[in-house]
Amino acid sequence: MDKILLVIKREYLSRVQKKSFIIMTILGPILMAALFIVPAILTQLSDETKKVMILDETGWFLKKFENSDRYVFQNIYTDLETAKKTLTEQEGYALLYVPRPDVATPSSAVIYSKKQVSVDLKSHINNVMTKEVEHQKLSAEIYKEISKNNPGALDIHGDSLTPESIKSGEIFKNIKTDINITSIQIKEEGKEQKSFAEASMGVGMFAGILIYFFIFLFGSQVMRGVIEEKTSRIVEVIVSSVKPFQLMMGKIVGVALVGLTQFLLWVVLTLLIVTVFQASMPDTLKKTQETEVFSQGNRIPAGMENIQMPEEEAAPQGMMSMVTEALGTINYGVMIFSFLFYFLAGYLLYGAMFAAIGAAVDNETDTQQFMMPVTVPLILAIVVAQFVINNPEGPIAFWFSIIPFTSPIIMMVRLPFGVPYWELALSMALLTVSFIVAVWMAGRIYRTGILMYGKKVTYGELWKWLFYKA
Amino acid sequence: MIIFSARNVTKRYANHTALSDVSIDIPRQSIFGLLGPNGAGKTSFIRIINQITGPDEGELLFNNQKLAPRHAEHIGYLPEERGLYKKMKVGEQALYLAQLKGVKKHDALRKLRILFEKFEIQGWWNRKVEELSKGMQQKVQFIVTIIHEPDLLIFDEPFSGFDPINVNLLKEEILDLQRNGSTIIFSTHNMESVEELCDNIALINNSHKILDGSVKEIKNRYKTNTYSITHEGLQGSMQPFLPAGAKLLSHEPEDNAYRSVIKLMNGHNPNELLASLLPHVTITGMSEIIPTMNDIFIQTVRSAGMNNVNQTTDSTTLNN
Repeated sequence: MDKILLVIKREYLSRVQKKSFIIMTILGPILMAALFIVPAILTQLSDETKKVMILDETGWFLKKFENSDRYVFQNIYTDLETAKKTLTEQEGYALLYVPRPDVATPSSAVIYSKKQVSVDLKSHINNVMTKEVEHQKLSAEIYKEISKNNPGALDIHGDSLTPESIKSGEIFKNIKTDINITSIQIKEEGKEQKSFAEASMGVGMFAGILIYFFIFLFGSQVMRGVIEEKTSRIVEVIVSSVKPFQLMMGKIVGVALVGLTQFLLWVVLTLLIVTVFQASMPDTLKKTQETEVFSQGNRIPAGMENIQMPEEEAAPQGMMSMVTEALGTINYGVMIFSFLFYFLAGYLLYGAMFAAIGAAVDNETDTQQFMMPVTVPLILAIVVAQFVINNPEGPIAFWFSIIPFTSPIIMMVRLPFGVPYWELALSMALLTVSFIVAVWMAGRIYRTGILMYGKKVTYGELWKWLFYKA
Repeated sequence: MIIFSARNVTKRYANHTALSDVSIDIPRQSIFGLLGPNGAGKTSFIRIINQITGPDEGELLFNNQKLAPRHAEHIGYLPEERGLYKKMKVGEQALYLAQLKGVKKHDALRKLRILFEKFEIQGWWNRKVEELSKGMQQKVQFIVTIIHEPDLLIFDEPFSGFDPINVNLLKEEILDLQRNGSTIIFSTHNMESVEELCDNIALINNSHKILDGSVKEIKNRYKTNTYSITHEGLQGSMQPFLPAGAKLLSHEPEDNAYRSVIKLMNGHNPNELLASLLPHVTITGMSEIIPTMNDIFIQTVRSAGMNNVNQTTDSTTLNN
């Protein structure tokens, strides 16, 4: 056990001290911060005010959208077709359509626009609508609660609202609202096309792509490390001190830690840069940052904080934020946990395969023949991700998020749209089993392969190696 | 006292057998030559001692205990194909490899300083391995092989890549290690160094052990009762003066004298030869011709090869 720690330490230190690691660590956050900052500056630069028409069949949001220096909201009262026509013919930027809901409260809206609608507008609309619906629901719930506890006191203002009934959390479960906003782009010819600017899509896709890069980048680092040890022949000295399996696992874990370090540094540095930038230019970033960086976690709290409680103005602020935090963390927690899980388990699955490839060949040019089966599922996952975003509940999305070779990417893409827990559990269980199997198989191929020189290996031989005695 | 013992070890790979029924005993504090032509199975045997691979059959004993992973810390191995992490600093790397062998960091640092000084590479501690010459790298590798003061050391072609001065330094060091109680397994094709260093040898050919024992004893075994006599005062061949049971193998002029090589049949001794020659020639020198390890190596491997060929032919005939 001591020895595997030594191996991990060496693999880790030798990599984080490399110039390329340091450069990547500095460049990454700058690029990522630029992704947040540049659009913010650009939207700020174009100071023309955009007109957003609102066709609200529910009447809930009639005066809820306040004009800002960037958006002017205008309510229109007509049917959808006319409104769309108006949008295409006039200088309007977008049309928000809130259809009459099937059930009691509005739960969806459509934004029509000529150009791709901006993320901040969408988030803004989402915020306002969520806030309003939750507000209404909360009022109704509290009203119900009061009448239940104190049937005779319906007209008493707030005094009878006990903190316990709020603390119980029941109310907040009931009022939690998720507004489903679809944005549709109206092309010149009148064709409509769904667009993908939604923040939740972005988060899932971003996480999926991050996992994809992580697996490729660090998986191939494992492979190159194995090849380096093999070609420099130091492996023979090392396996006379440690078991080949220890050496392999030490390398895989060490490189994983390098990846995690890099990732954490990126997150911290990116936030740092964005915060510093925001502090120096307060207006520019406020909105963008709120909606983009923390969109998953902060959307609900942001809405909740501002809920005014007509019946009980004195509701303790601390308690409120405690409850809202609890609400906010459900989604956020699952998301972060899943990300870390798929990040690591996916990497372990592929890292083991990369290690086996490294052990089977003599130099990097020979890796081609074995790389195919490893890279194809990964690339396939990225391709399929586009379809999954369109249809996160469909059979393709389901199967690709269950099958271990693609699940780390596809499940992350699906998660923000809401995935049943049993599917998530099944996918994670399958991935866990398969990375254990992959590590076992890789260990077998590895211990034979690292001592095999000057021989082109075939798949048949790899198969035989699995069953060799040590 | 046997430090390492292999009993009836067999190791098979997919397409060939690397070792068949090999039994070798290595006496403590000896320098043991592991000889054999390329591809005979030496490396397989060395890997089995290092527990890099395990035998399919047979038993291995280290200090009379069944060979187990914990013994790895008492064994040092210098492979024929040397290798170090090229991008890693020399000192860091030596420390890492020492720690892998179970040496505590503090001890390792102290010992490394001493050895680096002894091998005159103390200035290279913070340099990357790739900046070192091949000879320097070899020195580093040698140091990390012996850093944990193992009881059993395995050197596979230790002198390749060294200049004569460093070869001597290394030989001294190896003899020193032996004096201090280490046992050394020495695998090489260089028969001169075998004669110079080894006490015992085993010869492996084609996966079989075909010869083993102490160098002295083997040489005695391979003596052919052949003598070289330098003499003066005889113009022609000495054939007429030879006693019964003696055979003249060669007769050549050498400086102002002649040198004759004579083989005696079994049961005859050199005194008889001298007695019958003395009245006729002036003998200036006489010595027994003792076969070199090189001769023995070639001879044994050849005859083993012949046997093999015969066996193969036999079995082919049988199959037909």
